[in-house]
This record gives sequence, C-alpha cells and structure tokens, in this order.
Amino acid sequence: MKWSRRHILDTDDWSRDEIESVLETTGAMVEVLSRPVRKAPPLRGRTVILFFAEASTRTRVSFELAAKALSADVTNVTASGSSVEKGETLLDTVRTLEALGGDLVVMRHASSGAPYFVAERTSTPVINAGDGAHAHPTQGLLDAYTLRGALGDLDGRRVVIVGDVTHSRVARSDVNTLVPLGARITLSGPPTLMPAAWRCGALPDGVAYEPDLDRALDGADAVIALRLQKERQESGLLPSLREYTRVWGLTGARVARMRPDAPVMHPGPMNEGIEIDAAVAHGTRSLVETQVRNGVAVRMALLYLLAGTPSLEAA
Amino acid sequence: MDRGEAQRAGLLVSAGFIDLHAHLREPGFEESETVATGAHAALRGGFTTICAMPNTEPAIDAPGLVAELLARAEAARGARVLPIAAITRGRAGKALADLVELARAGAVAFSDDGAPVDDARLFRHALEYARAADLLLVEHPQDLALSGRGVMHEGSVSARLGLPGIPAAAEETAVARDLSLLELVGGRMHLTHLSTAGSVELVRRAKGRGLPVTCDVTPHHLAMTDEWVAGSRTFAYDDHRADSTPKARRGVLGGTESPRWAYDSSTKVNPPLRTATDVRALWAGLADGTIDAIATDHAPHASVRKDVEYDQAAFGVAGLETALPLVLGGVRAGWCDRDVALAALTAGPARILRITPGADDWIAIDPDAEWVVRGDEIVSLGRNTPLLGLTLRGRVVQATVGGEVRFRGGRVGEAHAAV
Amino acid sequence: MAAPRAVLLTGDDIRRAVSRIAHEIVERDRDVSALAMVGIRSRGDVLAARLRDAIQAHEGTRVPLGSLDITLYRDDLTRIGYAPVVHRSALDFSVDDRVVVLVDDVLFTGRTVRAALDALVDYGRPRAIRLAVLVDRGHRELPIRADFVGKNVPTKADDDVRVHLAEADGRDEVEVLSREGVAS
Repeated sequence: MKWSRRHILDTDDWSRDEIESVLETTGAMVEVLSRPVRKAPPLRGRTVILFFAEASTRTRVSFELAAKALSADVTNVTASGSSVEKGETLLDTVRTLEALGGDLVVMRHASSGAPYFVAERTSTPVINAGDGAHAHPTQGLLDAYTLRGALGDLDGRRVVIVGDVTHSRVARSDVNTLVPLGARITLSGPPTLMPAAWRCGALPDGVAYEPDLDRALDGADAVIALRLQKERQESGLLPSLREYTRVWGLTGARVARMRPDAPVMHPGPMNEGIEIDAAVAHGTRSLVETQVRNGVAVRMALLYLLAGTPSLEAA
Repeated sequence: MDRGEAQRAGLLVSAGFIDLHAHLREPGFEESETVATGAHAALRGGFTTICAMPNTEPAIDAPGLVAELLARAEAARGARVLPIAAITRGRAGKALADLVELARAGAVAFSDDGAPVDDARLFRHALEYARAADLLLVEHPQDLALSGRGVMHEGSVSARLGLPGIPAAAEETAVARDLSLLELVGGRMHLTHLSTAGSVELVRRAKGRGLPVTCDVTPHHLAMTDEWVAGSRTFAYDDHRADSTPKARRGVLGGTESPRWAYDSSTKVNPPLRTATDVRALWAGLADGTIDAIATDHAPHASVRKDVEYDQAAFGVAGLETALPLVLGGVRAGWCDRDVALAALTAGPARILRITPGADDWIAIDPDAEWVVRGDEIVSLGRNTPLLGLTLRGRVVQATVGGEVRFRGGRVGEAHAAV
Repeated sequence: MAAPRAVLLTGDDIRRAVSRIAHEIVERDRDVSALAMVGIRSRGDVLAARLRDAIQAHEGTRVPLGSLDITLYRDDLTRIGYAPVVHRSALDFSVDDRVVVLVDDVLFTGRTVRAALDALVDYGRPRAIRLAVLVDRGHRELPIRADFVGKNVPTKADDDVRVHLAEADGRDEVEVLSREGVAS
C-alpha cells in the first residue's frame, strides 16, 4: 500500500494494512542492520531533529541510530523540565524548530498531546517518541514486530500487559497496535493504576481487565510488564512497593502459568526485583534485548516512510 | 429598529438575556478582557445584563472595588454589569468578606467561584451570615481534592487520551455538601455551571424537598461532550451515531490532514465537558424546571495562557457571543421548548437575582441565520472557543439597553437583518 | 485503444538465453566455486535462480544465490513524493572475494544497476562484480555495460518493455508495448 500519513502521533486510528506495511518495512530494515555495513543511503541530505523535552536516553539513542543508519544528519534539541520553568514555551520551541528547517522532528514530551500541538504549528512531519501518558507509537510497533517474530501470526493470541496502565503510554500504544493485528489483551495491575473507565468495564475493543495476575497469565501467549514509577507509592496509589511485587511482580512461578515458551517483554528500563524478577528479566523467555534491537529497525522504517511523504507545499 | 419593525421583519423579539456568570478580568488581567470589551461582547450575544465574577486581581472584596467596576461599566455603554463580590477576603477561603457593605455598594451576589470555599464550616457561616441579610451565594461546586490535577472529564476519553481526569463525583460530592448545609442553615444558594447527570438529580430531589436552591448550566455543557477534547466537533444534540468509531472520533488525524482539534486547549474548561449522557440529563433538567438558568461562565483568556500544552493551559471557554446558537441547537433537536430555553436566559436569572429588568432592555433574534465563528469578528479579547471555524445557526441582530440600540449585527448578510 | 504490442522473446528464447549466459559465465570465470548469483528484485532474482540451476546442471556445483532490493539506494527518493515499498534483501553468504554476478531482467538507464552496485558493496568486498541481463534495451544514462546479454533490443525511450517469468507471472515472455500511435 502507498503510505500517506504525514505525522506519526498515535496509532489509534491506524488500519491493519498500515501496521502491516510498517512491520514489513521493519523486516527490510532488520536485514539492513545485519549487513557488514549497517547503513543505507535513502535519507542522505536530510536532517532529523530529535526534540526531547523529557529525559530518555534509550529512545533518543535508538532514533539517532535509526536516522544515521539511513544516512540522515541528526541534531538534538534538548530541554529539561517544563517549559514554564525554563521560561521558554513550547510555542517558542516550535518556532525555533521551524526556523532550523529540519526535514523531520522526533519528539518526546511529558504532556499528553504535545506532539499534536507541534504538528499543528509546523510544516515538518512529526514523529511522537512518547507524550505523557498518551502514546508511544514506535514502542507499540516494535512490540508488535517482536511478538510476531516470537509467535508468528497474532490472530487470537492473548497478551497480558501488567502494571501501571493509567500512566503508561506504552500500554496504550501496545493495545492500539496489537488489537488490530488480531491479538486480545488482558490488562492486569492495581485498580488504582487502571484508568477508571477501563476498570469499570468500558474497555476498548479486544481488551479485558483482570486484577488477579495469576488468573490473567493462565494460558496466556505473552506478557509485557510495565515500568513502575516509585512515586506512585508516595501519591497514595499503592500501599507499598513490597506489596506490589508480591501481587503483581513477574516471578518465575507466575511466568510458568503461561503457555510453554510464552515470551516476556518489558519496554525498559526495568526495576528488577520490583515489577520483574532478575531471573525472568534475563531468562530464556525474555525478549527484552530483542525489543531494543527491533526498536532501531522500526524507527528506521518510520523515518523512511515519513521522509517519503510530500511536503505540505508539494501536496 | 423598534420592536414592531423587528417583528415585521420576521425576527424573534425577546427580553434581553441576563448572564449570571461572566468573567470580565478587570482589574488584573486586562490582556484577557476588560469591562468594556466584555460588556460589548455580551451585547453581541444578546445579553443586556451580565454578572461579573470577582476572580480578578485584586478580587472584588471591598466596596470601593465594586463602585469602580460599576463606574467602568457605566462608561463602557455596553451591557449592564452587576457585580458579584467575593465571599471570603481575597477569595482565599479563610475569612469572610464584608458581605453587607459589599451588597450596599452594589454587589448582587457573592461567590468565590473558581476557588470554592473548601472549608465546610466557613461555608456554613457564610450561608448563615448571608441569610440574615437576605443575600445570594453563588457556589461553584467542586471538591478540590477529588478533581486534583485533572484537566478533563474522567471517563473513556480521558483513558484513551492519557489525560488526568476530573470525576463526576468531584462535582456531585460538593453539590451534596452544599445542599446539606443549605438544609441545615437555609438562605439563598445558587449552584452554578452544573455539568453532570448526578448533580441535576441531586438538585431535583432537593427542590422536591422544598429547599430554596437554584442552579444554572452553561451553553457549552449543553452542546459539547468530552469527545471534543479528542477532536470531535459534533454537537451532542446532532450526534445520532449509535456508537462512534475511533476513526470518526479522531477523523481529523488521518492521512495527510492536519491534526488540528485533538488536544485543543480551547476545550479545557472547569467543570470539564462531560459525556453525552450528562448533556442529555442537563437538557432534561432544563426542560422540567430543575435548572433555572443558562449562564455562560464566559472565561476569556489571552492566547499565552491557552497556546500551550493541554495540561498547562488555563481552564475556560469564551462563551458570551455563542450562547444563543448553542441553546437553539438543543431546541431544534426537540430536547427543550424554545420558550423554556429562552426563559432560562431571561426570566430565570432575573428571578434568581430578584431584579426586574425594564421592558426597554430587549433583543431581536434571527433564529435561523447561519454564521461562521471567526476569530477576527469576536468582540471579546478571549478567542478561546472550540467553535472557531464552525457554522452556527441563530444569531442576535440587535440589542437594545434602556431603549438605546447598543448593538446591531451590521455585518450579517441576511435580508431581514439589514433593517 | 490498446498499445501496439510485440513479443521480443518467447518462452523458448528465454530458456536458450539463460542457458547460453550460464555457459558464458562459467567460461569467463572458470573457478565456479568462487561464483555467486545475486538477482535484483523483482524478476532479476528469478533469473538469478535459473542461472544458478543451469550452472549446477552443467558443472555440478550449486553456487550461492541472493536477492537484492535496491529501493533504499534509489537516487530519485527525494523526488518521487512517496516512499516506495522496501522489500527484504536476502544475501546469507559472504560476498568477500567472490565473483558476484549481478542479474537483472532489463538494462535500461543503468540507474538500477548503479543502486545495486552501491547496495552490494555494503555487504562486503567482492573480487569482481559482473552484470547479466536478459534484455538490453539501450538509452543508458550512466556509464554502465552488461557482461552477459540475452538479447540486445533497440527501443524508443518511452516504450514499455515487460518481462514475464513463470515463477512470478505464470508464463515466460518478453514483450514491448509501444506508446506510438496511442491516443494520449
């Protein structure tokens, strides 16, 4: 199919064909990365601006490697803290980005929806590298690619996502990517870390909520554990981290409730000993490192596809 | 034109609208609105009288400030402005303001609005004190702990968008508290901008028990839902889809189209836009008399406070100039009789305020005129409305205050508007 | 109105051409064990597989076979206004010190071959790269020449030369569709 999106802000309105086409392109990029020369020239002469207003070494480096593997020039625009503290508003930053004249903006921001704000005000294609608790489209796609690699067709497969769903853009993007591919999702985790509407039954299509992790894992095809921010305890959402680990931590015994060889994934960085046991994190079922590798290929695929979209002026 | 001419031109003649709840921002935030711009924006919306909320800097908590506000309004020659003064000094929720003196200076009611009196004991004393002087308290019902850092209605849409939610209960527990205290103390209490089905039901039952409570809803809560935060621009009363698909909800995002409208901070308002079920319940409350008035909660903001990330934007919708068509939309959908809806903009608020507006405050309406909301035609300094670019039906053609024509919808192309 | 159509090569012609090219390749580089066939997707990879089979039939040696997708190496990516679909390349052997025969169906402007050469060297350093094509239709825009040619065909620049191969298209045939006389 012909790619027609200008921005990648969220995958919630993507068709299965669009997701498939990204995954297919990702496959080609995985092959590029396996060559002695891990570099191809399609973005030669293009500049990718990485605008990270929230600290994230992993995702930023992944995008940087992806852009460089496609021969793009990469510029970093970092910003720490909220724009209010800095005295520079997001609008100011957008004007700067526009003046810098990059060909693509990859952005990470602590406020849900911030990439929409930028995309509306610039002529440059925008890739959302994570916005608040909203979306992390490249993580959803790389998780889908990784699961496809491990399980083959995802039709009818059941994937458990456990942890702090309320504050997780990863959980939302996983749901938005895996469900169109035919997977069913079981969310698990403390009720206080589940969006109220979802906890009360108004769940998206293909998604169920099962607070009891053991029951959720019974016969599951894969599990994705989410990172637990330690602040949740302080804000009264959790009695204690110890209790969280007891009830929702991924242990070897819990993992064994899934189908044989069902993989374990985590978007990283992991709090080993809190949401996941070290033995599980580094065990034979763990695909955590595969996720990181696939992340570069997925991002290459998206950079390639977006760089091909005509600019606003040309359209 | 006079009333007769307006009627012969096929226009609908109504008493001038009265707004119980508007923010004029002066003094302190003149970049967002002034008494003059607000009073003229009011006329364009058909309001010949507006009540000015005291959340200014300084807050309207001293007689001198009331007098100053009245003087500015007089000079502006727009809509009449009735001051609402603060309940507590500096709206700080600690100590009562001089309510009686403020009333003598011209305050028609008292409210801490956006900063509701959290301390139930203090609010009880305010009610007791106001009752003795027969004064009206206007309460913005919100439990601040429950609403927390929420920026929109807590529900399926907030779950999808990853935005912190404000549960319906944040309003309903406050309404329940206020009604309990009213039952205990008595007096005149008005609950402003109710937004949930549960709040309407609480007031309905309280009125059934004979409590002297009144309440209002805003035009935006009567027309828009939380889906507007996700980019929808379908009015609640025009939405006939049994179940909306994600594509329809976020349709503006697909393909090469502009992503405008999703996370548009012009939809950020307190109380937040609620669900379609809540909107339907507000209309039912309006139709059966549970809801006494429609008030705009006109909350203009300079663009610097809105042109930022959604979670950092100020709450508020500029509503004076678009109130009428939003209300008429529900009337056309058959959700409420036109006379009842118009009474909620006229006789209803007059009764709450115990005022008798003169017959020479009147307006002429073309209920079927279609017009596009354009930023550069908005009279208010606040252009923060999610209606920009949309076509609305129904507009005010002329507004007359004290027999003087102070607004004429000059730029309207409609045949009968040019009289 | 249908475009005038002419058959350039029949199924038999194609079979004979493949066989002849296979012989020529072996004659040129007698050390068959150092050979590798790499086809340019799509159609070149099909021809490469046929050449590999023909060499195996004659010499008894099965040489490595790979396929290249050259999309990422196209020189018109910034001009066409969309991102063409990228397929996976498959070269699961080392090209270092091998004689790699690059195979394509039609040689025209030479730009595809240029891209394929760039792609190929990203896999290593072959001892030599040769070029085999089924049809050379002329109109080169780059200094590129084939080592092995099934058939040289004079064409007009705007003619449409189509190669059909059984593995992909259900039949073997090369045809040319002429734009001449077609109402535009």
